[in-house]
Amino acid sequence: MPTFKSITIGQYIPGESLLHRLDPRTKILITGFLVVGLFFIDTFWGYGLAALYIGIAVLRSEIPAHYLLRGLRPVIAIILLTFVLNTFMTEGEVLWQWRFLTLTREGLSRGGMLAIRLILLIVGTSILTLTTSPIALTDGLENLLRPGKRVGIPAHELAMMMTIALRFIPTLLEETEKIMKAQMARGADFESGNLLQRAKSLLPLLVPLFVSAFRRADELAVAMEARCYRGGEGRTKLNELAFQLADYVVLVSSGVFILWLAWAL
Amino acid sequence: MGRENFIEVDRISFSYTREQGEIEEAALDEVSLSISSGEFIAVVGHNGSGKSTLAKHLNGLLVPAGGDVWVAGMNTKDEAHLWDIRQTVGMVFQNPDNQIVAATVEEDVAFGPENLGLEQELIRARVDEALAIVGMSEYAKAAPHSLSGGQKQRVAIAGVIAMRPQCLVLDEPTAMLDPVGRREVLDTIKELNEKEGITVVLITHFMDEAALASRVMVMDDGRIVKEGPPRTVFQEVALLRELRLDVPPIIELASRLRARSVRLPEGILTVDEMVTTLCQLRSGA
Repeated sequence: MPTFKSITIGQYIPGESLLHRLDPRTKILITGFLVVGLFFIDTFWGYGLAALYIGIAVLRSEIPAHYLLRGLRPVIAIILLTFVLNTFMTEGEVLWQWRFLTLTREGLSRGGMLAIRLILLIVGTSILTLTTSPIALTDGLENLLRPGKRVGIPAHELAMMMTIALRFIPTLLEETEKIMKAQMARGADFESGNLLQRAKSLLPLLVPLFVSAFRRADELAVAMEARCYRGGEGRTKLNELAFQLADYVVLVSSGVFILWLAWAL
Repeated sequence: MGRENFIEVDRISFSYTREQGEIEEAALDEVSLSISSGEFIAVVGHNGSGKSTLAKHLNGLLVPAGGDVWVAGMNTKDEAHLWDIRQTVGMVFQNPDNQIVAATVEEDVAFGPENLGLEQELIRARVDEALAIVGMSEYAKAAPHSLSGGQKQRVAIAGVIAMRPQCLVLDEPTAMLDPVGRREVLDTIKELNEKEGITVVLITHFMDEAALASRVMVMDDGRIVKEGPPRTVFQEVALLRELRLDVPPIIELASRLRARSVRLPEGILTVDEMVTTLCQLRSGA
């Protein structure tokens, strides 16, 4: 019987480090630069410097390393596959050969770079989600998307949907647990049988869950209207984001550094 | 068109239409009532009596098919005043889980003031004040799902009073709570009425809650069938039974004692009053 009590949303680890205190917009922007920048780097020197930059960020975030490694675990297979495929499938100067396997110098360097790129991408983005609460992330995204309203990006609506989703995930999980217990008390079996049987046994769980989710949505909409909600127009915020000096410094220096990395190396 | 009373409900009728367009039985049938500023009114009735429908008419969530509702001189049919009306008459619903919007307590309380477009400092002040009034200040940063039912409902109340309404309509706010949570919420409501002078309309099917009010309205079948101070209304034991409403235990006891020819005066409402009266009777006899 799974219990959902201990569940945390996202992978945010509360803290007081410099990275935790930075404005979410700063962190989102830098992560964006970094993700794009990493695709333009094509020398080991460049990757070395990028790794150094991310390493410093990890240290300043005061996040224990095993959290970052945990983020890598599910993608290890992909990284290995990328490495192996690129190493053996690239043509060039042959270093070693055995039957149909050919290892080339070009392949080795290309596979290695791709693997490093993937690792840096994952660690880099993990720092963002580990140091920024989902609420702050939502606020930051809404704020950054706001200018896109003119071209039809519904920034406020997207942020409101995310906020409500975050708010209701624990509620719905609790409800799932309750329904599961109720069905099990009446002899439902969620744990045995093959995949198809198990999927089928989820039906009596999902139907009431969906019905109740729709009822909740309905009631919430009425409650929001009763509290004068009428979309993002003319709305103000309790916690308005504000750039601090540290944000400007970090944003400009990181931006210049990543641009230089992508350009020169 | 100004009206004397704070809320004036003038012969309103309403029926819910089903999908096919056929009309169900009228949910409200020519209901009239007036509420003065600062009153504490309880509306009782069994399920389907129209009490929730009436509540939704008081802040323009529903608009009457016939008749008018006036809130502080504004007609709820007038779309131009809709948001003023909703700010004047705040509404708290039955299920606290389904009316909390944000992922932290203080952000949820801020939701209403944010919708009103208030300045940031003003929102902060209102949020702190509202949380203090309902006694939830220390939970400002907490996640709603970590709170008890009574606490969640108090947060929902704070979310409404942060908009500074003159009137609070509560639609069975304690129906899903345990006795402790009920007590918390009722104490909060009473305090809002007495200390903050907020007009309260409490929709409930608990008669002991209705006893807190200064005026009780009994609804049945879309009509108000009885209206008056709790003392008078609760004496109508036969009527209440007929309407499938619980008779408060002390009233029930008084009525049974009277049936056994104990000469009890009318209007006994609390255990204390019963004890005093019985003791007087005994020493008198």
